[in-house]
Amino acid sequence: MSLKVLVGVKRVIDYAVKIRVRPDKLGVVTDGVKHSMNPFDEIAIEEAVRLKEKKIAKEVIAVSCGPAQAQETIRTALAMGADRGIHVEVPAKEMEKLEPLHVSKILAKLVEKEGGDLLIVGKQAIDDDTNATAQMTASLLNWPQATFASEIKKTDGELEVTREIDGGLESIKVKLPAVVSADLRLNEPRYATLPNIMKAKKKKIQKMKPGDLSVDVTPHLEVVEVLDPPVREAGIKVDDVEGLVTKLKEAGRI
Amino acid sequence: MMAATFGRFSKALVTSSRGFLRPRWLHSASGVGPWQQKNVPQLEETLGFLPSPLTVLSDEELMMKETVAKFAREQVAPLVSKMDEEGCYDPSLVRGMYENGFMAIETEPEYGGCGSTFFVANLVIEELAKVDPSISLLCDLQNTLFNTLFRKYGTEEQKQKYLPKLATEMTGSFCLSEAESGSDAFALKTVAVKDGSNYVINGSKMWISSAPQAGVFLVMANANPSAGYKGITCFIIDAGTPGLSIGKKEDKLGLRASNTCAVHFDNVVVPEENILGEFGHGYKYAIGMLNEGRIGIGAQMVGLSQGCLDATIPYLLQRKQFGKALFDFQAVQHAVAYLATEIECARLLVYNAARLREAKQPFIKQAGMAKLYSSEVATRVTSKCVELMGGVGFTKDYPVEKFYRDCKIGTIYEGTSHIQLNTIAKLVAQDYVA
Repeated sequence: MSLKVLVGVKRVIDYAVKIRVRPDKLGVVTDGVKHSMNPFDEIAIEEAVRLKEKKIAKEVIAVSCGPAQAQETIRTALAMGADRGIHVEVPAKEMEKLEPLHVSKILAKLVEKEGGDLLIVGKQAIDDDTNATAQMTASLLNWPQATFASEIKKTDGELEVTREIDGGLESIKVKLPAVVSADLRLNEPRYATLPNIMKAKKKKIQKMKPGDLSVDVTPHLEVVEVLDPPVREAGIKVDDVEGLVTKLKEAGRI
Repeated sequence: MMAATFGRFSKALVTSSRGFLRPRWLHSASGVGPWQQKNVPQLEETLGFLPSPLTVLSDEELMMKETVAKFAREQVAPLVSKMDEEGCYDPSLVRGMYENGFMAIETEPEYGGCGSTFFVANLVIEELAKVDPSISLLCDLQNTLFNTLFRKYGTEEQKQKYLPKLATEMTGSFCLSEAESGSDAFALKTVAVKDGSNYVINGSKMWISSAPQAGVFLVMANANPSAGYKGITCFIIDAGTPGLSIGKKEDKLGLRASNTCAVHFDNVVVPEENILGEFGHGYKYAIGMLNEGRIGIGAQMVGLSQGCLDATIPYLLQRKQFGKALFDFQAVQHAVAYLATEIECARLLVYNAARLREAKQPFIKQAGMAKLYSSEVATRVTSKCVELMGGVGFTKDYPVEKFYRDCKIGTIYEGTSHIQLNTIAKLVAQDYVA
């Protein structure tokens, strides 16, 4: 049974960039800032490509919602080994307000349309850190979900997934078709080699709009304010326990 | 996208009566040049294309650059000191270079290469040099000298035999210089004497990079000394051919990870099929290759300078003296501003030379200028950076002393600065000769 795998990839601000809050305090500065593929999505693509190399998957389709530049992210996925891409065009202004629920609806519709057997996404995006898309998509599709995957093994018609949880590791079996979200230790993503970048040029990227999938991207949430975390203040040294208790009382903590 | 740009570019150039290509606006009746035009559409109308800043790259070029930068940051950086101290490349790193396609950038896919462009090759060389100019040299020599010679002058059989191996695992060494002939390259004394359908090669080459690791050598030997330099012929000699031996490694100031050795030819028998290109044309190939190769060296020097500055500025922003960061002192700011400007100039010279060569426009003068200027900028930048870092700049704990040592060869190899100046002067004079 050769699986058709869809992988969701998101274009986010590069992890190494120093984030600055916009003057209007409604978001962060994105203009002219370096963007790249969400690191957890790189891991998701890598896993899908490895499944293809093990002949467990027959096709890997990279999907991204976003403005025109999202195509760069898809091309990176193609250069890593995905077979083709789907770009769901969402203009930059709308992209700011695009919610995990919208993305989940889009992914669910695409998976049905393509007849996918497995959807892999990164566990969370490093910009909003919502960690919701995989779960909501599974729910919309009425598929089982295996989140925070650190290992995936295929057995007959099922996946055995090791999950990273607070207490350690948990092993579960999910029937296919299923949704999996990739965690950090699932694998180490390969480099997009120069020859593969050249080959990726010939791979197809299909374009569509959320409307084509009958998905309404009207926001349900409104960002009220975006603030920098408070600057860390210097601590003070105390001489002994009495001093500590006095200081705590002074600060109104006890 | 690039092909389209250069297609339009060539329409914008007309041949003047002297046969030099000039921008069309020089011939326009109104005598209005672009500096007087205010509207961009007019510019496009007159030129036939919209010029783009030299530092603006295509999406594909950006992707390639990012991939190399990532490789350099993650795979090369941890090994730089070790390779410098041990005086050799790390074998797993070299394998990584091959696996990522960095060793056959322009080589066509049917021979196992990436099928990418000369400009991208220069980007790869630059990005690698930001982290380690030594590993960048390996990439530069393989791509701009070795692969290009085979691709341009090899017979189909020779290409099939060598290009795929050069793309996947084999390093090539280019042998021109000798103990008695460096800048005076054509005074080389290595001879090739015909013997039936073979040639017997005798002589010694010096300053040969990667000789111990090379699987194949391209050797310039004179097969007809009575014809002077017109007897110089390029021979393909496999490693391990009887009579070919490698001398000891030179103990160098910089680029220490690159092995530089003498190569001795003692009655080395080479079949005549192993002539690359035509008999007696070796000197032409050498000049041609070096004219292009020096753009690559320019890219290496630009990367080196940038890497050195990139290592220095964070220190200047953080180190405090007299109650403020070093960078808060205007003298330091001015020094850094000047260095950054020089690097930018050098980069533009290199990029422009590379684009000209790709557009099949005359580029030799610009290539010489690029190599000359960027190698000299590298010496200024690295020297200043060591100073700006203060005492720590003088220690091996920080990367700037290595950049300082590595840069010096830039003004020497692949045509010394003096040779570049000669070439540039000659070409400048040509513009004034009827």
